[in-house]
Formats: sequence, C-alpha cells, structure tokens
Amino acid sequence: MAERMGFFTDTSVCIGCKACQVACKEWNLLPDDGFVFEANSYDNTGALGANTWRHVAFIEQSRPVPVDDSADDGVERWLMSSDVCKHCTHAACLDVCPTGALFRTEFGTVVIQEDICNGCGYCVSACPYGVIERREDDGRAWKCTMCYDRQRGGLEPACAKACPTDSIQFGPLDELRERAEERVERLHADGQAEARLYGESPDDGVGGAGAFFLLLDEPEVYGLPPDPVVTTRDLPAMWRWAGAAALSVAGAVAVAFASSRKGARR
Amino acid sequence: MVPEAEFQSYYGRPVLKPPVWKEPYGPAYLYLGGLSGVSSVMAVMAEFTGHDRLARTARVAAAIGAAAGAGLLVAELGRPARFLNMLRVFKPTSPMSMGSWILAAQGALSGVAASTELTGILPAVGDAAVLATGLTGPLTATYTAVLLADTAVPAWHEAYRELPFLFAGSALASAGAVGMLATPRAQAGPARVVAVMGAVVESVAGVVMERRLGLVGEPYRLGKAGGRMRAARVLTAGGGLLASIAGRSRTLTALSGLALTAGALCTRFGVLEAGRTSTADPKYTIVPQRQRQAV
Repeated sequence: MAERMGFFTDTSVCIGCKACQVACKEWNLLPDDGFVFEANSYDNTGALGANTWRHVAFIEQSRPVPVDDSADDGVERWLMSSDVCKHCTHAACLDVCPTGALFRTEFGTVVIQEDICNGCGYCVSACPYGVIERREDDGRAWKCTMCYDRQRGGLEPACAKACPTDSIQFGPLDELRERAEERVERLHADGQAEARLYGESPDDGVGGAGAFFLLLDEPEVYGLPPDPVVTTRDLPAMWRWAGAAALSVAGAVAVAFASSRKGARR
Repeated sequence: MVPEAEFQSYYGRPVLKPPVWKEPYGPAYLYLGGLSGVSSVMAVMAEFTGHDRLARTARVAAAIGAAAGAGLLVAELGRPARFLNMLRVFKPTSPMSMGSWILAAQGALSGVAASTELTGILPAVGDAAVLATGLTGPLTATYTAVLLADTAVPAWHEAYRELPFLFAGSALASAGAVGMLATPRAQAGPARVVAVMGAVVESVAGVVMERRLGLVGEPYRLGKAGGRMRAARVLTAGGGLLASIAGRSRTLTALSGLALTAGALCTRFGVLEAGRTSTADPKYTIVPQRQRQAV
C-alpha cells in the first residue's frame, strides 16, 4: 500500500470562497442540490450529502473577541470551515457495507464502487458524521472519494487544488499531522487560545480521521459531533446480547411445548 | 421529562442523516422476520411433541414470513435489481451481510419445509429442513436488533442491550398469535403459551429500555414514535392477558391474536420512527457525547 494520504483543513485561514465546493462539483460531475435560500449566513447548502462532498459552513458569532492589547475592544467573529468526509481509520460505513461496494484504497481512503452499491442505505445510518447519503433519483450512496481518480493520476484532489489560501492541504497524513501541531502551537502563541485540532488523534473514537481539521470553536458549532465513535466498536457486545436473546427464544418455545404437553397428560 | 439540555449546534441542523429505511417496508420486514424465525422454532418443537396441525401452521407461517420479508427488503433497496450483490461477500462486521446469509438460509429451509408439508413429497427432506431452521430461526428473529443497533442512530445504538430482547419478545408474540389464529384451538395450546411469554418479554424489555436510555430514550416516549410505543404496550399486554385466559374460546382467541399482532407491528413501526426522530434533533447526538467527554 502506498502512503496514507489525507486532508488537513485549517479553518483559521478559510475565507469562505467556496472554491473547494465548486471545484468538487465540477470535477466529480455532481448534480445540483436544489437552489434553496437557507439564510444561514452565506451557507445555502446546509450540510454534506450525496451531491455535496465539500461543504463550507459559515458561523457569525456576536460575542466580543479581544483584539491586540485593547481587551475592552471587541469584534464580531465570522467562522468558516470546509467540511468533508473524514475517511476514518475505523470507518463504520466500510464495516457495515453488505456488498463490499465500500473499500479501502491504496491511499488509505474510503471509496464507494458505484457499479456494486445496491443502495441498501446501511452506510448512511452508520456514519457518525452524517456524511454519506443516498441519491434518491439514482438509488445509490455517494460521498467524497478524496478524488481517487486524480490521486491515481498523481494529482491532488480538486478541492485542495482550488483552495486559494491553502486552508485545504493534501498530503501524507503523518506530515499533515506534524504541520497541524505546529500550526496550533503558533496560533496559541498568537493568543488564539480556542484553536484546536479535530480528528487528528489516532486515539479518538474512529481511530483518527484521514481528513482532520483545525477549528476555532467547539466541533458542534461547525455541525461536527464532539466525540464520534465507530458504531462497530460495540458489535461483539451487540452479538452477545442478540445471542442471549436468540437462546431465550429457543428456550421459551421449548418450555411452552414442554409445559403444554404436561398439561395434556394431566 | 428530562430537563431541556443546553447545547450548541450548527443552526439547529441534525448532525446525522436520517435512516433511509421507509415505512412500511422496513418495520414490516422486522415483523415478518420475527414471525418467520419463531414460527420455525415452533415447527421444530411441534414436530417433536406431535402437535401435527400446529407444526403445519408454523411451517407455512415461517415460509411466508421469510419470503414476504425478503421481498420487502429487496423492494427497499435503492437498486433492487442488484439485490444479489448482498451475497457477493460474507462479512462478519456487517450485520446486514450476516443477516442476508441468515435470511437466505432461513428462506430456503423454511420454503422446503413448508412445501414438503403441503405436497407430501419427500417428507424426510422437509423434516431435515425444519430441524435446520431450529438454528436459523432464532437468529432470524433477533439479528435485526443488531442490524439497527450497529448504526450511529442514537436511539438504536444506545439500546443495543435491550433491543434484541424487545424484538425476541415481539417475535414470540407474533408467532404465537399466528399459531393461535391459524390452528384448531384444541391443538393451539403451546402457541398460546408462546404468545403469553412473548408479550411478557416484549413488555418488560420495552420498559427497561426506555428507563435505562435517559435522554436518548426520549424519542420512544414523545411524538409519533411515543404514541406507537404506548399503543404497542397496551395491545401487547392486553393480548397477552387474553391469550392466558383464551383457552378454547373462539372470540377470545381471535381478539388476543389480533391484539398481539397489532402490538408487535406497533413496536416495530415505533422503533423505526424513534430512530428517525433521534437523528433529526442534534440534541440526541451532541448532548450524550458531551456528557461522555465530561466523565
């Protein structure tokens, strides 16, 4: 397997231009998702989905943020962040896919084979981030491939290529993690105490994300779950409880017949 | 009522996608799978104890349940023509893959068992098939709980301990009810006992589940799902009580069997709806995760 590749999305330099969202749609030929006016700041897309594989979130915050030394002064803050499939180390979508349509690529990413997917929808409910979705007029599930085709051709994914501020960085995951550590330290030194990494730790509930983020507020503010856990972590326990229930079923029926036979004899 | 939890979110939007499984397909399959699975176990036991008429009813119910259930599952796929892709891999990490194999075995075996029973051809093959469904039957009735629990859907995942017993009870009640309704009442004694036990298990598991889940159990109590779960509880308890006193009364048997069937259906439709509700409100995703982190 080649080196594990990933995205580091540094939201502290995102300018909300949506070039990533557009480049993704263009390259992957994604259908439009309806022309809806959501009135949520500059966001009229809402969330990731079958036809949106990069989604820029806009959060306008009215709480004052200290500027320079004049602690009394405040500005309103505008957070922007380009969300994407996390390409989890322990990917629930991949675990639960019953057809083998979802697979782990040589780049360590998670991709759906569109010629195999039969649209069962299990991956949709398994994803702890609400990323993957079924395209209803097509019947199959779709999500970010981290531009598997471009990577095969030695190119970086379309979103990273289009990002004008390098908010979206693509590269070997190890390198990105180091770079992200340095960036957080730099921001902390500059007084941005709220800067934190999200999804970078291999010890988190999904074993670390292949696409991780530098955020300036709590994850849920950006629509991200604060502590996602791959659902299959509990699968052995689930089967044990189901096994106990299955045995109870057999036992209950056996008792029912045994007791009524006694009754008949009496 | 759990006190209103404070949390932050992105414009109140859900974090998770709603389950794609729709009514009536998904929950009707859950009911039919349970009916088929427990009917198979009843067919085995009826065979051993010489309850010929009950054995026949159970064999037929098991086959119809599995076949109709499989049909509903295929109809619910986004690409129904690709249903055979389910048997492309054998994947223990996917309850749906395991379920596909379990249901394929259960469907084939119960189909053979029912057709030899009805045609009288190759009875020994039918008996062997029935015996084998003694293994696939309990799995068919309970794997669906793992199917739902192995998701990020809060109301399903957090209930992974109780859901198998809720579904097992519901399946026992379903199969007992059909056995009562479709067998001469003099021979339906064991079916009545199965129905009563199922009603007890289903009721107890439902109460325990809602109590233990706390905030994530709220969707089982509120709104449309809450109404269905309450209806299920009344119908199941009432049907179970009636079954225990029905004896050979035609009216009481009919009332009890219908109430238990309706109760089992309400449980399945209620559980599906509760899962959907728990994905629609970000509260059920974010608050428990925050509480987990705070520990």
